[in-house]
Amino acid sequence: MVTTDTHTKQLQASLDWLSIRRRIASALYEVSDPEIPGISIVDLGMVIDIRENEGQWQVDLAPTYSGCPAIDVIPFMVKAKFDEAGLPGIGVDMVISPPWATEWISPIGHQKLLGYGIAPPNRHGSLMEGSPKQCPQCQSENTVIISPYSSTPCKAAYRCLDCLEPFEYFKCY
Amino acid sequence: MTASNSYLLHLADNPMILGQRLGEWCGHGPVLEQDIALTNIALDLIGQARLLYQYIAGLEDVRSTEDQLSMLRYEHEYYNLLLVELPNKDFGNTITRQFYYDAFNLLQYEALTNHPNVSLRAIAVKTLKEIKYHYRYSSEWMIRLGDGTEQSHTIMQSAVNQLWRYTGEMFIPASFENDLLAQGQAIDIISLKEPWLEKVSSILSQATLSLPPDEPMRTGGKEGRHTEDMGFILTELQYMQRTFPQMQW
Repeated sequence: MVTTDTHTKQLQASLDWLSIRRRIASALYEVSDPEIPGISIVDLGMVIDIRENEGQWQVDLAPTYSGCPAIDVIPFMVKAKFDEAGLPGIGVDMVISPPWATEWISPIGHQKLLGYGIAPPNRHGSLMEGSPKQCPQCQSENTVIISPYSSTPCKAAYRCLDCLEPFEYFKCY
Repeated sequence: MTASNSYLLHLADNPMILGQRLGEWCGHGPVLEQDIALTNIALDLIGQARLLYQYIAGLEDVRSTEDQLSMLRYEHEYYNLLLVELPNKDFGNTITRQFYYDAFNLLQYEALTNHPNVSLRAIAVKTLKEIKYHYRYSSEWMIRLGDGTEQSHTIMQSAVNQLWRYTGEMFIPASFENDLLAQGQAIDIISLKEPWLEKVSSILSQATLSLPPDEPMRTGGKEGRHTEDMGFILTELQYMQRTFPQMQW
């Protein structure tokens, strides 16, 4: 029979476990892709697992494009953030399967991309990359592609035909 | 070197060498957008090569590092296709080389998504997403330039013809591929020839370009026998690792 004392200890252990998990998640929220500052890797859908096994915590991250220059920097930034948050010794791995998909970008991620001047991925029509719903500057739907690759592999260059401003579109992946 | 490891290196060396070649366009593209596009594709390719090298480096019977594998082998130890090591020449030539390779790579990676090796399959599923974009990019440029001005048409037809002799190698199995094919561990590349030809013919026809006549095909890259150009790429690629051994960035 479980004594009250054991019960309390179990409850405390669960609370500690939850607290660590919450602190890990909060720390991850504070890390951004250096190429798209201001949007956390959580909102970009790059955090795919936070788990614990016999006291050892492990975080799995999904890289976006294979050649993304941030691929080495992000785990480094995550570890630095964990140290800063007093969470040393957490394993951080890049995991390619299942492959990252733009569907994993959160609604907050979409809004932040827009705020940053990048049209978020919008899967519609027959094109695999979809197309921007509207110009992030003036909200016009009258836009045209300039180039399927932009400052990074994940984005295409577009131009708005109403305000004439160029902007970037985050392609579907 | 086992057949399986040679095959994996072949798969890794193709994007590594082509990525290095495309990287030469950095700062030299015809317009800014295309300069960026070519170097973005180069990044994708080097990233794909890296995933493969990292996997190979960790294998029991290899025990190496990704830097050792990508930057410290000798010329005859690289198993890439001759096509990917050829010089960039002009933009039209670079695009044509890319188009021939992308059309093949697309079919190859679609097939690799069913490979029995789970790690290779995962890399294929991931990178296929990028390869589709590469193929779209190069085929659109084939059409735009082929069906463009008289000058661009002439340049493209000349590139299509000049590079044709390097396409046969994609569909002629190397000895390691033959060994693996019997065990279902390699893709039957011979079977990719027809669908490749269909893709290429369709785009060339939209580009108002003609399919080159049959001619003898150059081979050897997959067995480590390269063109003169390969040495020049490796000189540049390996310079830092050989000058400052074990350097990291």
